[in-house]
Amino acid sequence: MNILVCIKQVPDMESKFKISSDGQWYEQSDLTFKINEYDEYAIEEAVRLKEKLGSAEVVALSIGPERTKEAIRKALAIGADKGVHIHDDESHKKDSFQIATIIASYAKDKNFDIIFLGMQSQDRASAQVGPILSELLGYNCITTIVSFEYQDGKVNVKRELEGGIKAKVSAKLPVVLTCQLGLNTVRYPTLPNIMKAKKKELITINVNELLNEQPRVINLKAYIPEKKKGGIILEGKSDEVADKLISILKEKTQVLR
Amino acid sequence: MKALLIGEYKNGHIDESFYELVGFANKIGADSFGFAVAPLDVNIEYAGKVYIADISKAKEYNPKVHKNLILKLIEQENPDIVVFSHSSYGWDLAPRLAAALKVAQISEIIDVDNDEYIVPFCNAKLRRKVKPNTQKAVLTLQAGAFSPVKSNAAQIEPLDYIEQDDNLEFQGFEITEKTGVDLTKAEVIVSAGRGVGKKENIEIVRSLAKALKGELGASRPVVDAGWLDPSYQVGTTGQTVAPKLYIACGISGAIQHLAGMKKSNFIVAINKDKDAPIAEVADVFVVADLLEFVPVLTSKLTK
Ligand SMILES: Cc1cc2nc3c(=O)[nH]c(=O)nc-3n(C[C@H](O)[C@H](O)[C@H](O)COP(=O)(O)OP(=O)(O)OC[C@H]3O[C@@H](n4cnc5c(N)ncnc54)[C@H](O)[C@@H]3O)c2cc1C
Ligand SMILES: Nc1ncnc2c1ncn2[C@@H]1O[C@H](COP(=O)(O)O)[C@@H](O)[C@H]1O
Repeated sequence: MNILVCIKQVPDMESKFKISSDGQWYEQSDLTFKINEYDEYAIEEAVRLKEKLGSAEVVALSIGPERTKEAIRKALAIGADKGVHIHDDESHKKDSFQIATIIASYAKDKNFDIIFLGMQSQDRASAQVGPILSELLGYNCITTIVSFEYQDGKVNVKRELEGGIKAKVSAKLPVVLTCQLGLNTVRYPTLPNIMKAKKKELITINVNELLNEQPRVINLKAYIPEKKKGGIILEGKSDEVADKLISILKEKTQVLR
Repeated sequence: MKALLIGEYKNGHIDESFYELVGFANKIGADSFGFAVAPLDVNIEYAGKVYIADISKAKEYNPKVHKNLILKLIEQENPDIVVFSHSSYGWDLAPRLAAALKVAQISEIIDVDNDEYIVPFCNAKLRRKVKPNTQKAVLTLQAGAFSPVKSNAAQIEPLDYIEQDDNLEFQGFEITEKTGVDLTKAEVIVSAGRGVGKKENIEIVRSLAKALKGELGASRPVVDAGWLDPSYQVGTTGQTVAPKLYIACGISGAIQHLAGMKKSNFIVAINKDKDAPIAEVADVFVVADLLEFVPVLTSKLTK
């Protein structure tokens, strides 16, 4: 079985964000980057499937600048077999359609049986790359999965809908699956596996070899939204802040008297 | 501008989100018409034409079938934009449709200004203004971003169903049984987020809830980690609540969480990150480590 996992490296969402000097995106220097949370579930699920099958190859692919290799190394430490870094210093300027076409041009002649992606990236959050990729490759596609099982050439998954309802869906291979929170609990890579990961194959391809489309969405500008008008910010010693908060609650709500 | 609005038939009726699409179309001054896979006698409170593909033939959601139905309708009516709600249906179908049409898709629009759309990014900490680079575009709208508009019954136009087998089999639904707490009735809710760090620390938040005679709630990661059962979850995939007082402890304020609690009368956030997006809805934002601050607050309240 041939498995592809698409991972994106995104900033820690608890970072203090600034807008980049071109006004189009966030400033990327001084940020800590990690694997997109949803993509971690994708890697874990792919590795579990490989372990269950006994034989399978898991390829972890990521498009981004040089630092993206760290994310791929982590995927290899979790258990992926091979890394593919598509080098692109300007990946943040590509729209989701272009990202999907880059992945599709890499994957088109590789006969992947299952392609796992995250349901969305935490920074761009378009939730588009997976379904667009499936259209480009002509694969089946099931989004937002919270449960996965493979049996007799078919995947059986649960797809999360609203209101606590899940749809049980089966699909034949090849298939694109996008992973939602709660699908699994991601393991911590062990030290021996981190060491082993350093020896695994990690190839780099320049994005220009794979990209052949213009963006369909134009980015005009990025900005920081305003905080709630009239919102009170309390900071300082816990004891004093707690007193202040209690007096505000007494004044403004009917729950404390 | 001509807009095709895609309705979702759920639990026996057209989902309320459809009327937000109507509100959006009105706001941008577009002529609109609708589409849904639903029973032919469905009631839709919309002053316009809605094409209905008979659900008794189309059965459960099948992306390829729905995509082909909409593509056929687009060919016939030539709309400029196709509008979905950003729901499990919308984010699944919209990108497939955009790919098939070779046009732009813009996800989770929260506002619009002259053909330019505002979307959140970085866990809603930032915003972007974007516009389509193609003549047509497929859009998904964030739930609750546009005010719903309803009017008298729609003019229903039956649409021929397209048969298509595509290797995807629907095997039924799984419904999580409602157990435990009904947060919708609580006057005070104190919720724990991933910021509590570990399961044992939930007790710190629970004590505060008790001191305020309120209920304990949670964000999704706390439930996914198994620290609390799903009945505690607030948000789009949990409960929607509007208590007199909502206190969010260690919750960043992702859109899906805000959607479940932003109508609360008074919102307090306790978070060590001053820029956490929950600040957008918080009446009081306490910048503090919850593990240190919450016990102090609780002890003052129980004194
Ligand atoms: C389709 C879909 C549906 C979803 N449905 C829901 C839903 O129904 N409900 C829901 O909640 N989420 C939902 N989510 C997930 C949502 O996007 C966020 O991932 C989630 O809400 C984040 O939870 P959180 O704020 O607890 O965690 P995080 O985003 O990780 O935030 C933790 C916060 O705690 C703060 N913090 C850390 N340590 C401390 C400390 N010691 N003291 C004080 N503050 C601290 C941090 O600054 C941070 O702001 C959904 C996502 C998707 C894609
Ligand atoms: N630069 C990238 N490199 C590899 N995979 C990506 C990249 N961007 C997005 N993806 C994949 O596409 C998913 C959805 O991203 P998005 O459409 O941006 O929300 C992510 O969870 C990843 O699996």
